[in-house]
Amino acid sequence: MARMKFLCDSKRCIECNGCVTACKNENEVEWGVQRRRVVTINDGEADETSISVACMHCSDAPCMAVCPTDCFYQTEDGIVLHNKDLCIGCGYCLYACPFGAPQFPSSAAFGERGKMDKCTFCAGGPEEDHSAEEKAKYGANRIAEGKLPMCAELCSTKALLAGDASEVSDIFRERVIYRGHNDGAWAVEDELAYDASQQKA
Amino acid sequence: MLRIKWPLGLALLFTLLWSVASHATTQPPSEARIAGFAGAEYWKVVRQGGEGSTQAQHDEAGQLINSQGDYWRYWRNEWVTPAGAIALGGTLGLLALFYLIVGQNKLDKPRTGRKIERWTRFDRANHWTVAILFIILGISGLSILYAKFFLKDLLGDELWSSYIMLCKLAHNYLGPLFVLGLLVMIVRWMKYNFFNKTDLIWFLKGGGVVGKAHPSAGYMNGGEKLWFWMLTIVGIAVCVSGLILDFPNFGQFRETMQWSNLVHAAASLLLLAGSLGHIYIGSVGTEGALEGMKTGYVDEAWAKQHHDLWYEEVMEKQREKAEP
Repeated sequence: MARMKFLCDSKRCIECNGCVTACKNENEVEWGVQRRRVVTINDGEADETSISVACMHCSDAPCMAVCPTDCFYQTEDGIVLHNKDLCIGCGYCLYACPFGAPQFPSSAAFGERGKMDKCTFCAGGPEEDHSAEEKAKYGANRIAEGKLPMCAELCSTKALLAGDASEVSDIFRERVIYRGHNDGAWAVEDELAYDASQQKA
Repeated sequence: MLRIKWPLGLALLFTLLWSVASHATTQPPSEARIAGFAGAEYWKVVRQGGEGSTQAQHDEAGQLINSQGDYWRYWRNEWVTPAGAIALGGTLGLLALFYLIVGQNKLDKPRTGRKIERWTRFDRANHWTVAILFIILGISGLSILYAKFFLKDLLGDELWSSYIMLCKLAHNYLGPLFVLGLLVMIVRWMKYNFFNKTDLIWFLKGGGVVGKAHPSAGYMNGGEKLWFWMLTIVGIAVCVSGLILDFPNFGQFRETMQWSNLVHAAASLLLLAGSLGHIYIGSVGTEGALEGMKTGYVDEAWAKQHHDLWYEEVMEKQREKAEP
């Protein structure tokens, strides 16, 4: 069975925020909530690097582990989804998430945050596939149509890859090798195991 | 005045230090430039919570990795949750055992029928308000921590979502009321609860809980004073952490909320365990105790047995009033 993952190739990301816009538009995400974001380190410097991050659909999801209502579930593909009907808006998933993926529409007194919203890998939610309720609550269900998430599909440089983990890693590995220099991936000089100075076999 | 000042001062200092400490460790590495060109050092800084710029406007959006969340998950799920269950289950078990073996602390001498006022109307109103709030907050809080393990499958999605949402609403809206009630109680009763030599002897004699010993005690005995201070110190921790959690609209960092949650859960579980003992002693554990807090009056025989020094004081006052 495929295990769905995201991979953002920070060497290709140009901070266009196309992924952010694609996601927001495709899923008609509510006001004030942004499921995906692009973070740029050393903005304006020579070694500026951008990376696009949303829910990473962890195999051992911390959000699932701390939820008091047990509203999270994982599909066969490894996509982590949640049930907004059970969500009480306590915020624990946001505290636990390493990537800050869970978003809440409001920040009010007495912990009234509203229902948690996050990247669904464009796989909708527990409601029936392609129903109006699913669209309203969770956004698009592209996975059920055999398509991949909109963010990756619309990435202008194909920095953001999404899909089966082994296929995604294969693509990325090809790129690193093709680049043929020591900082082709996320390392420099000695940290990269692959020795680019040697002739290709 | 000084006697009231120092414990409050201590509590204030503790709160101040704790909020400063949590804020101090909250900032991610504040390097103007993150070193290295996407090398190990670079990603190490990111991993430790280094921030970049972003178009996203929500809190802490510039931070790529929040690794403290994993520690919070670990401490909450692997330590607080099991320890709480053991503390509560263990206390219940011990109390049940105690009741079966030792039984109720009965009145040694028959009731004389003469009553003495022990708790004023305001005392009782304050106590029962705080007590009832405590029970509701306790049940809702315990539900948030444990209910998913056994109630979710039992109730089914519809009922479960209504129940747990009710728990959250009750907990978040009644919490601040509990803070007020508890503060009133602490301020009003603090003067009765400072420890002295009588209490030391009371503790050394086991509080007369088992056997025929009748150690002396004033208005409050050593055990009651201990419960008061537990409620004050641990209770203030619960209240402060609870208020931080209940009002996230002040832009708290995730790390602040994680710490507050751990303190809140651990302290509350401690209080719950203690409250089981308090409830036991105040109801089935001691004959003649509950009516004191219910009606405000206790029988003379009960007063002589459990609070002989207080009884003497009351009698002295009555004698003074009788002789003009």
